[in-house]
Amino acid sequence: MIVPQPRPKLARTFLVLGVAVVLILALVSVTIGAYELSIAELLDFENLRANLVLLVSRVPRTIAIILVGMSMGVAGMLMQMLSRNKFVSPSTAGTLEAASLGILVVTMFAPNSSVFFKILVSSLFALAGTALLLAILRRVPLRSPLVVPLLGIMLGGVIAAFTTFLAYRYNFLQSLAAWTNGDFSRVLRGRYELLWLSGGLTLLAYIAADRFTVAGMGEAFTKNLGVNYGRIVALGLTIVSLITAVNVVTVGAIPFIGLVVPNVVSMLIGDNVRRAIPWLAVFGAGFVLACDILGRTIRYPFEIPIGTVIGFVGGALFLGMLLRRSSRVG
Amino acid sequence: MSASATQTVRPLRRRWGRFSPTASLTILALLAVGVVVLFMTLEARGSWSFIIPFRGRKVLGMALVGTSIAASTVMFQTITNNRILTPSIMGFDALYMLIQTCLVFFLGSNRLLQIGVNTKFAVEVLIMMAFSAVLYYFLFVVGQRSLHLLVLVGIVFGLMIRSFTNLLQRVMDPTEFAVLQDLGFASFNSIDRNLLLISSAVLVVVLVGMWRMRYTLDLLALGREMAINLGVNYQRSVMIVLGATTALVAISTALVGPITFFGLLVANLAYALVRSYRHGVIIVAAALLAIITLVGGQMVLERVFSFDTSLSVIVEFVGGLVFIYLLVKGVVR
Repeated sequence: MIVPQPRPKLARTFLVLGVAVVLILALVSVTIGAYELSIAELLDFENLRANLVLLVSRVPRTIAIILVGMSMGVAGMLMQMLSRNKFVSPSTAGTLEAASLGILVVTMFAPNSSVFFKILVSSLFALAGTALLLAILRRVPLRSPLVVPLLGIMLGGVIAAFTTFLAYRYNFLQSLAAWTNGDFSRVLRGRYELLWLSGGLTLLAYIAADRFTVAGMGEAFTKNLGVNYGRIVALGLTIVSLITAVNVVTVGAIPFIGLVVPNVVSMLIGDNVRRAIPWLAVFGAGFVLACDILGRTIRYPFEIPIGTVIGFVGGALFLGMLLRRSSRVG
Repeated sequence: MSASATQTVRPLRRRWGRFSPTASLTILALLAVGVVVLFMTLEARGSWSFIIPFRGRKVLGMALVGTSIAASTVMFQTITNNRILTPSIMGFDALYMLIQTCLVFFLGSNRLLQIGVNTKFAVEVLIMMAFSAVLYYFLFVVGQRSLHLLVLVGIVFGLMIRSFTNLLQRVMDPTEFAVLQDLGFASFNSIDRNLLLISSAVLVVVLVGMWRMRYTLDLLALGREMAINLGVNYQRSVMIVLGATTALVAISTALVGPITFFGLLVANLAYALVRSYRHGVIIVAAALLAIITLVGGQMVLERVFSFDTSLSVIVEFVGGLVFIYLLVKGVVR
């Protein structure tokens, strides 16, 4: 595989440019909403009402979007390195659906448990779902890399059907809708801070980045370098499932981020995880911010949930990727 | 999961293999009649003049939907030469919902109500047919490259179309949305009488046409080269079959909305049970199986577990497992 090697200085310039774009998008995101807020009002610190809207709703929402975009992008990249398949991501491996099932189960059996316990259970389910897919894959002789996402989407569908059935049977359909379709409109001060946890996990992934790069070159190669392959896989999957669980619990499932963002970054700068993570963060945050702004402006002052917008935009991008990639590979 | 599934499928096939196709069809037909009679009479308290039309409409609806899904899936799998693709996996029914939504969105509910159910249905089917020409291109140009790619593209396309439909519905005026909901999201319990009539008519026409083409279908199942070699006008026949498939998908989606895996389930069950490659037999068997599953499943759910609408959820669950099984077993080349 040819890894494009841009000149470091140029790459840094682009990264800085990307950060600037994200900042501009964040500023736009802060000013959009049912309560009109101009940039002038933003800077007027005496205006209490504007301050309140800003601090309770707009800023938390923007931070939440950035954290979700960053962490899901990184989670997708980790999954792709560990499975060595470009089409694996939380939404194409049953991870998101398993996390939803976990929340449902915890809500049914221990409704009064703390949020941390819910996240723990949900991430255990996410881990189990992903591990199940990996186990099935190990049994299937791989005829084509495309079988992997196909199996993953189907597995996700089966888990989702089971979840719907449970929710239907025990009257939880309405709460289920809250975490199966991602929506940032619920984000307020005091209800999003958990997302910092996925920010922390992203940082952890950055610290361990080189290990994942090595793991992406295969089990034999990793062992040859004297690195414990099993431990890297365990660490990676734990990070991925915790990030997924935190995101699903706080804002709901958002498809395709973990698929589209890492693939674009990989096309631009290759598969070195340490170099890729800043790009993933910038691109992921920018992508989700842009989609969220789109969802909020199409039918102003109402909003379209981010899950729906990204389901369409991300789906289109993924289709493009599939057709483009296959026309090259044959 | 794979081990237990093989264990249940193999003995079944061995046992059924002893029956001739006619015998298995007779058994299936008897079973279907039995299930329908049970459905009509079980726990029937009250006057028959109410029960017969009330339950009869439900059964008719289920029979229509079952037959059209089964027939369209078998035909589609024949022309695409595989046993894992179905029209709904390729996003056909998502497309139907999108067209429905677009009509309400761009024309407005008032004008749509003036047009009337029948004309609207005809327009929708025509648009679907135009789209299926595009799909035809994809099937045979992309499909030549890789079947996996094709299935994946189909699934992602379906997901995308569903999101887009959802998006349009959210942008839509709430009163318009209510109209759309009345139009599109029927269930077996609230099937429109008008729609039932026109769908029966379309179904009968399509089935008669396909019955007359049944030998051509047998030849098409051999693959493109062989079919052409045996004197089939390949391009033309495939287009006709694809058109018929589209009409059937439109019927079933218009009546009850999308059920993704049902076709896959009954078609593969029919292949396993009936040891025949004749479409006259397979299509009928699949349709009978579909009726048995739908009516029987609905009856068990209603009477035994007292649920009413979750049959489609169970079908999705079991169908998804079957799909994974087929994929893992390598039915796909």
